[in-house]
Amino acid sequence: MNSATTSTAAVAEGRLFDQNWTKLLIIWAALLTVPLWLPMLGGYTALAGRVLVLGLAAMSFNILLGFTGVMSFGHAAYFGLGAYGAGLTLKYLTASTPLAMLMGTLLGGVAGAIVGALIVRRRGVYFAMATVAFGQIGFYIAYTWNDLTGGYDGLRGFERAPLHLGFANIDITNNGTIFYYFLLAVFAVAVALQGFLLASPFGRTLLAIRENERRARFLGIPIERHIWLSFTISCVFTGLAGSLYALLNNFADPMAMHYSLSGEIVIMAVMGGMRSFWGPLVGAAVFVVLQDYISSMTVNWMSFVGLIFVLVVLFFPRGLLGMFQRRGVQ
Amino acid sequence: MTVSFESRPMLDVILFNVTNGLIIGAFYVLMALGLSLILNLSNVINFAHGNFLAIGGYLAFVLVPVTGFWLALLISPIATAILGLAVERLMIRQVYRRDPVYSLLLTFGLAFIIQDMCRYIWGPNGLPLSVPDTIAAPISNEFFFITWYRIFMVVIVVVAVGGLFTFLRYTKVGVRIRAGTLDLETVSVLGVNVGFLRSFNFGLGCLLAGLAGVLAGGQIGLNPNMGDDLLMPSFIAIIVGGVGSLAGTLVGGLLIGVAAAVTTVFWPSGNEAVIYMIMAIVLIIRPRGLMGEEGMLT
Amino acid sequence: MDHLKLPVGRRTLIKGGAMLGAMQLASPFIVKALGDQPIKIGMVDPLTGSLSALAQSEVEGAKYAVAEVNKKNGILGRQVELLVEDSANDVGTGVQKTRKLIDRDHVDVIFGDVNSGIAYAIAQVTTEKKVFHIVPGGHTDPITGTNCKWNVFRICNTTSMDAAAITPELVKRFGKRWFFVTPDYAYGHTLQDAFVKNLKKAGGEYEGDMLPIAATEFSATLIKARAYKPNVLLNNMGGLAQIDCMKQFVQFGMAKDMALGGALFELESVKAVPKDAQAGWWDFEWWWDQPKVPEVGKFVADFRKAVGKTPSARHWFGYVAVNSVRLAADKAKSMEGPKLALAMEDMELPPDVALQPGKVFYRKGDHELMPNIFVGEVHPPQGNPDNIFTAAALVPGEQAAGTVEDTGCKMTPPPV
Repeated sequence: MNSATTSTAAVAEGRLFDQNWTKLLIIWAALLTVPLWLPMLGGYTALAGRVLVLGLAAMSFNILLGFTGVMSFGHAAYFGLGAYGAGLTLKYLTASTPLAMLMGTLLGGVAGAIVGALIVRRRGVYFAMATVAFGQIGFYIAYTWNDLTGGYDGLRGFERAPLHLGFANIDITNNGTIFYYFLLAVFAVAVALQGFLLASPFGRTLLAIRENERRARFLGIPIERHIWLSFTISCVFTGLAGSLYALLNNFADPMAMHYSLSGEIVIMAVMGGMRSFWGPLVGAAVFVVLQDYISSMTVNWMSFVGLIFVLVVLFFPRGLLGMFQRRGVQ
Repeated sequence: MTVSFESRPMLDVILFNVTNGLIIGAFYVLMALGLSLILNLSNVINFAHGNFLAIGGYLAFVLVPVTGFWLALLISPIATAILGLAVERLMIRQVYRRDPVYSLLLTFGLAFIIQDMCRYIWGPNGLPLSVPDTIAAPISNEFFFITWYRIFMVVIVVVAVGGLFTFLRYTKVGVRIRAGTLDLETVSVLGVNVGFLRSFNFGLGCLLAGLAGVLAGGQIGLNPNMGDDLLMPSFIAIIVGGVGSLAGTLVGGLLIGVAAAVTTVFWPSGNEAVIYMIMAIVLIIRPRGLMGEEGMLT
Repeated sequence: MDHLKLPVGRRTLIKGGAMLGAMQLASPFIVKALGDQPIKIGMVDPLTGSLSALAQSEVEGAKYAVAEVNKKNGILGRQVELLVEDSANDVGTGVQKTRKLIDRDHVDVIFGDVNSGIAYAIAQVTTEKKVFHIVPGGHTDPITGTNCKWNVFRICNTTSMDAAAITPELVKRFGKRWFFVTPDYAYGHTLQDAFVKNLKKAGGEYEGDMLPIAATEFSATLIKARAYKPNVLLNNMGGLAQIDCMKQFVQFGMAKDMALGGALFELESVKAVPKDAQAGWWDFEWWWDQPKVPEVGKFVADFRKAVGKTPSARHWFGYVAVNSVRLAADKAKSMEGPKLALAMEDMELPPDVALQPGKVFYRKGDHELMPNIFVGEVHPPQGNPDNIFTAAALVPGEQAAGTVEDTGCKMTPPPV
């Protein structure tokens, strides 16, 4: 397969990511100036926040799908756990945003570690089914445990707390623009961490597993342990994204754990280009904006969203950024 | 002098609930078998399965005033199967050779489209599916909670499942499907038209979904979301019974039906919880399921 | 790898799509630059999902009201624009759409949501942004109870009101021994608690089962119910679960052994059940067949002509919501949230909006509308296919609601 040769060649040459500085520059310039240009296009800051949060979730998910080659259709569960972790912390423990984020991340990560350990021997479709199944267990617990999670109505009664950093107090509670930059800052840190992880030898091993699992096994690489690690790391970051989601909405609800959100995360990753690091962010941006826009235009927006899924799968399987990557190699 | 049902000892109550559970379980089996067929042969999780069920129900709704209930029961699943066949040939077939993530995304998207189309065509309100009066009544005063309709449902499921297993065992296509489940590559090398096999299999799965839809429509009425709540129990039936084994799916469906029904006696709000718990236990203790084979679908 | 032959290249498709998208996204900006600013009302409701039938009725009622109001010179002389967004029964989406309506579209008022959980979440946003908010059809009590807010008003009843209205009627007609079938979530719990409180006051006794919200199988519970031999079976389930419970109740022949009743059984749901399940004693929050009130006849006739269906209570909610904004704006001479809120308190609806006898007003203490509660019997259609209900009593809302202290609402005044 062409993709195998190219990637192995890239790995062999020691450069994992085409350090395309122009691309990085464009992306960050766009992200930093969002409050300026988004309203002009008919967008609004909360929309950008949603793009960042779901983009982070999609990029985290892609560690598993795009870089390790393992398919999970139940990732929303860890996203939702992150949201509930953050919400419960703010509601019952203390009004501290960093603590809420930490608890959300931990909750998502620990759950991911446990589930990953249980299903790591499965592959392909059965692995996916198991992830959906565990995801739905989480969803079910969220919407029936009325006393803790608020049940079907969701967890309410909490809100973001102002940040008390040593040198400054940042009020992220009421100002949409300041909150957006807060989200962006967290996003930047998370994404940088992901980037370093994937560029490290560990990341290269994941790529090797993706390309040819059997060969990697013959090379002595402990496959199951790596897949478990990849799964857990992916869930940790997804949990972080979930905690940001709770802060964005001041609310956590069971639908944040439902497999329909899992499917949307997958389509974002694929639509943007699952072989590309930034692809899922691009996919999230396009999907979230399109969905927001179409659902305002027509009550039949679900058909259009479904159509997007179908069109991407049939005609744009490599995604938007994927198309730019493969120029000349076909 | 008959003793009224309610005054019987607890054990009898449980036994009657087991019966009821088998009836519910039979219905889960029908749904889950269709899903399992498609999963086993083509490695595709049909997220739109619940929506094919809805289509089956809605088509029956359209047909009943014209052809009466019995003919609708016959025609509607076949029509659903044909629709499934069309979907398979036009779309799913394109993505078999690719990463499995694509076929999953495809059925996912289809689920959205079909659900929305049902809502668009027939409206968001619930619609009743009229069932002949002869079968809507309870079978006796004592067993007032078992209507003839439920018996009828079980009979239909038994006939369908029996027919399915017979088909798979004794017909050429059926044998090939079973062989394909184990090793599709070899089957192809032996000269069998694998494309036709997959399409046929998918259609068969949708046939079962459509049939389940008609039966469900008669019992709980029609609405665009009706398939959603039935998709997860089907999943669970397959996982509990063992991926790759149709007999396992059969056992799994009956098991969760009975478990849910019996739980309702002691812990009414927990009848959903219990099937998730069973699945969690199976996944932890015996991941290949009750009757699954090791190495299946790795 | 299989390839699909396309007449148009993929790149062209993307470029074309991107341009189209950019144009569409840019157009609101262009529109804003022109013309006089209309008054914008944003409505967030679950137009897709299990509550869509009810939500769509509310939206229809609101749209009808907006058309009517615009014909009569709008609100404060300005035309009214209704912007409808789908919350898709998902909180994240509901909150996002609310922010969109407020931040991008600069709506003056928010309506929503039928789903109580989403209604709360939206209320947090509207309170933060000081936007006037009416909840037409979200039923859970804390919205005008323990979680009441200065900018949030509600039209539909609380569970306390519904339970208090119908209990005396059920006790009088059938007896005090009841069996509850209740969904296991906040709304179900508060409804059953309200019923139990009222039943105990009447010296009654009860048993019940809590079931999953979307239960479809009621035989075990109904067996238990029959064994208990109650006078009345209370069907507190909602949506499809309520319908399935009714069907199975009737199928099992239990209708001859006990009466059937509950709080809400809405017109949209009644029409979805077979004839023999169109039964029982229920609360209706508004009913179209009121021969004694002339305004109702006219409203129903006009509505039927314009929309093509008979208005239900949900339609009426949407209608009242829009007209309440008009009336409050007229009184306050402004569209500012705090001023509208002050104007709404204790505001009485005129007969052509209230569309029922008696005094219909928004109570100051908790911002809950006090209409009549129509208590009566559901039956198969008589004459008109929508005539499935006959009211036996009209209970004044204020009487059924109890005191403001009972609701637990401690209203804070609007910020100046």
